Amino acid sequence: MSTIQNRVSEPPVSDELALVQAAKAGDVGAFEELVRRYDRNVFRIAQHITQNREDAEDVVQDAFLKAYGNLNQFQGQSKFYTWLVRIAVNEALMKLRRRRPERMVSLDEDVKTEEDSLPREVADWTPNPEQQYSQAELRDILSRTIQGLPPSFRTVFVLRDVEGLSTEETAEALELSIPAVKSRLLRARLQLRDRLSRYFQRRESADGRPKHDGGDGNQ
Amino acid sequence: MKCTEFLQELTNYLDGVIDDRTKAELEDHLAWCHNCYVVCDTTKKTIEIYRNSQLYELPEDLRTRLRTAIVSKCHAKKKTGPERV
Repeated sequence: MSTIQNRVSEPPVSDELALVQAAKAGDVGAFEELVRRYDRNVFRIAQHITQNREDAEDVVQDAFLKAYGNLNQFQGQSKFYTWLVRIAVNEALMKLRRRRPERMVSLDEDVKTEEDSLPREVADWTPNPEQQYSQAELRDILSRTIQGLPPSFRTVFVLRDVEGLSTEETAEALELSIPAVKSRLLRARLQLRDRLSRYFQRRESADGRPKHDGGDGNQ
Repeated sequence: MKCTEFLQELTNYLDGVIDDRTKAELEDHLAWCHNCYVVCDTTKKTIEIYRNSQLYELPEDLRTRLRTAIVSKCHAKKKTGPERV
């Protein structure tokens, strides 16, 4: 079984450092280029964490403005993107806390036991599960499924598996240890898999042949 | 290897960050344990589906509006000098 490949094609670091240096020296055009490079990523991360479109829009603005205002603190030891993600995640968590003051929202929140992630559904999936649903239905399923995870799990999942940050970069952006990132990632992946199985598992018809269960959403 | 041990290594296995010996043990387990094979395969599909999903794409008009607002505030900040933190 092959392994997962990262999809992110990274821009040259030297080019990025030059943009950061120019922005530090007051070149707003250079900073605008950094915004163009990463605004989609920041929006996606923010919406995954906050699960709210307006909050995600605010996070994009606030994170970039905070980055701009604090560029002198960026020392270049990490990548600009990792530094920016750290700012964006903090802004997004603040939004979430404001919206859900009754629930403690923290990346340090610990996870009950190993039991919570043990697979319950082990039925195989249909060969092309995503093709059973329309794009809109699929997005709805994926969105509702990831919403069910604790914020600390979905944040690690989105940084590692959606945005393609390395384990080390994720640990740095979230100020977590590497074992903590790995543990949360494993649980996030297993819980998402378990929940998606409800929609994607292969069903057998009465005569024992595989039956697709896409309902009216089949395409 | 037990199934619980397999699960503990699943993330490292899918990310391709394990030594050859552990990888061989995992693949030996996968060859006879159908449940772990299914869990491994469907976990990989879970990651791929999310990665390819285009969930929460930033629409181009909103993108332009946000960028314009950010750039205009950066210009304003430039005039007032750096933020004190």
